[in-house]
Amino acid sequence: MSGKPRLTYINGRGRMESIRWLLAAAGVEFEEIFLQTREQLLKLGQDGSLLFHQLPLVEIDGMKLVQCRAILSYIAGKYNLYGKDLKERALIDMYVEGISDLMQLILMFPFSPPEAKEKKIATIAEKATERYFPVFEKVLKQHGQDFLVGNRFSWADVQLMEAILAVEEKVPSVLSGFPQLQAFKTKMSNMPTIKKFLQPGSPRKPPPDENYVATVMKIFKLD
Amino acid sequence: MAAKPVLYYFDGRGKMESVRWLLAAAGVEFEEVFLETREQYEKLLQSGVLMFQQVPMVEIDGMKLVQTRAILNYIAGKYNLYGKDLKERALIDMYVEGLADLYELIMMNVVQPADKKEEHLANALDKAANRYFPVFEKVLKDHGHDFLVGNKLSRADVTLLETILVVEECKPDALAKFPLLQSFKARISSTPNIKKFLQPGSQRKPRLQEKDIPNLMAIFH
Repeated sequence: MSGKPRLTYINGRGRMESIRWLLAAAGVEFEEIFLQTREQLLKLGQDGSLLFHQLPLVEIDGMKLVQCRAILSYIAGKYNLYGKDLKERALIDMYVEGISDLMQLILMFPFSPPEAKEKKIATIAEKATERYFPVFEKVLKQHGQDFLVGNRFSWADVQLMEAILAVEEKVPSVLSGFPQLQAFKTKMSNMPTIKKFLQPGSPRKPPPDENYVATVMKIFKLD
Repeated sequence: MAAKPVLYYFDGRGKMESVRWLLAAAGVEFEEVFLETREQYEKLLQSGVLMFQQVPMVEIDGMKLVQTRAILNYIAGKYNLYGKDLKERALIDMYVEGLADLYELIMMNVVQPADKKEEHLANALDKAANRYFPVFEKVLKDHGHDFLVGNKLSRADVTLLETILVVEECKPDALAKFPLLQSFKARISSTPNIKKFLQPGSQRKPRLQEKDIPNLMAIFH
């Protein structure tokens, strides 16, 4: 009997990657089911597993959880990565939601037409360096602690780390004006669970390619 | 003496309306600062109180909260509208997130280009009738309770009512096939705090009109 959380998605990052990151950072082993056809998705919808006929789906603790934020909040709460009280949770929520807006640009990027891609990268770079990264640079500078909230590892740190690496894949020099974030990135990379996740052979998925886009279009028929 | 929360936004629904609903449902009085000119908005931006240079922003308990979900999560937690444990919270989160998808779809109709509006609305109403409302009709049928989660009023009930009303503004008979949602709507609407919020003169905002959009663009864009 496994008892491990089971993730159902396609074999790619998409909206499941943040969940993989959080489980991995919490040191939680999980299983994955990768859908390859639209029929498989429709079948899942028919047997009642998908509350709103959408993925991601995470089976955990007897529940069939859908909706990324519901899944992430549950994992964060269960593994003590959600702060010690309501006010710390509010800070974590603000940080995570802001980063999520930035990650949304990255999520949608593979689906933009080739002629728009250069402009999209410029937008990602601009938003990262002018709106989002300065906030976290300042937070870290002001309290001088290793972690964003409450001097303790939380969901916010995991999400920021994921975002930094994702943006760097598109804009390699993006952290050049952010010494605190550079130090943060190094510290996070050396945390045992995250270090393991960053090694080859982990459940971390590669950057989206044409194959990924084709699979998404075929299976999800984005409407 | 606790200061009332202060909401910073424009005088309209947008992303702040669900915050107004939740505070009202919790019986919490609040004040509002309406951003009516570009100058006002820029002053707010320059003052540094908007973490990601965006509204909504809510001043509450000494914090300047931004990001709608962070604001709603805090209010729900503080006023015991977020379930009794992690599993109830997960259920509530799933319901609320699903409803948020539907709500956004409906709200986006007003900004669709003229030749796409009708099709867009038809799609949104189709989703309401076939993807979202059936879920909540079934939840209520399966447990037979008055409220969606844990036999107690939660933010999920508030969000469901808010979403039902917004859909009905587009299609008055949207609940025709959902008897339990009809009785849910009647029941939740008559709870004292929500009843008060639904009356004229409350802080509930009217639907955005197309004619209001240019002014909003001038302030925020």
